[in-house]
Amino acid sequence: MSRETSLVSADWVAENINNPQVVIVEVDEDTTLYAQGHIENAATFNWREDLQHGLRRDVISKEGFEALLSKTGIANDTTVVLYGGNNNWFATYAYWYFKLYGHQDVRLLDGGRKRWELDARPLVTTSPSRTATRYVAKDQDHSLRAFRDEVIAAIGVKNIVDVRSPAEFSGELAAPAHLPQEGGQVKGHVPSAKNIPWSKAANEDGTFKSQDELKDIYTSAGVDLAKDTIAYCRIGERSAFSWFVLHELLEVTNVKNYDGSWTEYGSLVGVPVEIGA
Amino acid sequence: MKTCGARPGGPSLDGIDLTKQTVIQGLILRDGIDDSVPNGAAVANGHVRLLDSSGEFTAEVPTNNEGQFRFFAAPGSWTLVVQAPGARAEKKIVASQGKATDLVIHI
Repeated sequence: MSRETSLVSADWVAENINNPQVVIVEVDEDTTLYAQGHIENAATFNWREDLQHGLRRDVISKEGFEALLSKTGIANDTTVVLYGGNNNWFATYAYWYFKLYGHQDVRLLDGGRKRWELDARPLVTTSPSRTATRYVAKDQDHSLRAFRDEVIAAIGVKNIVDVRSPAEFSGELAAPAHLPQEGGQVKGHVPSAKNIPWSKAANEDGTFKSQDELKDIYTSAGVDLAKDTIAYCRIGERSAFSWFVLHELLEVTNVKNYDGSWTEYGSLVGVPVEIGA
Repeated sequence: MKTCGARPGGPSLDGIDLTKQTVIQGLILRDGIDDSVPNGAAVANGHVRLLDSSGEFTAEVPTNNEGQFRFFAAPGSWTLVVQAPGARAEKKIVASQGKATDLVIHI
């Protein structure tokens, strides 16, 4: 992938709203936003109901992903454009899902819902109706997904990038500042992790920074891009954003998203934890 | 122009334990421009970001249909950045536990 093949502009989306080969999907952290208004012809995924396993702490199954895309009217050769609020935070999580299950052509609207709204582009409240498909997913690509034992083994060996806010990294906060500060896990971070908040990659209007700026964010923090990298956050969504930046925009190979993230690691018995900046 | 008579501002605090949470919340209102944007209209298509004392992005939320927003932060100094079509405003605040920081911000 590259910046050119993984991002589209608002103008491109506006020109392709009625393109039958394109399906636009909004994915927000605040799941009430879609009903308030969305890009014309956009469908929506509810990250909690559609993108979480439900019974156990896991991504949805291959069959679940196939059912979700089929009922949304997405075929294997559809160009999928994802967008959402908060710098495309949850849209990039959905993007990671599409790649995890092998979808070929998926892109992000650069700037997401915020840039679209700041430009005062139109939003509608009518939902599209598309003919259901019979989507066939591939098996999970575990070259994109890290599990806990791999993270423990990576301490001091691979790049571990903690993309949470500095206050969460140091142990001051247990969760992002717009969520209640609860959770059974201890506070802190994985030893040897570099704290590079996900949001550094986004401009204030929600668009991605330039390639040179993005590369500098990681290398100036001491990340050797020639080494394997694992990104984590609290529940795996912000780290999907950083995975997108590293793997899709900067085309760094061997980047994995640890979706178990701090909620899992901070609850493990006997693993090393560090606090402080 | 500022709206008179407005009171702070954010969503209801019912059910939130302010002895454990440091709440920063508020209401975003438009200063009047013309008849199409009346003075004091709630900004329902706004975005509020929370920066820590070093200016680092910490969180961002959209305003709700009533123009309200809320963060759960930690005690200390923070900066709010409000963005909406054609408008941007910054506000520095000091948050504390035990009492919600509840604001009305005009843009």
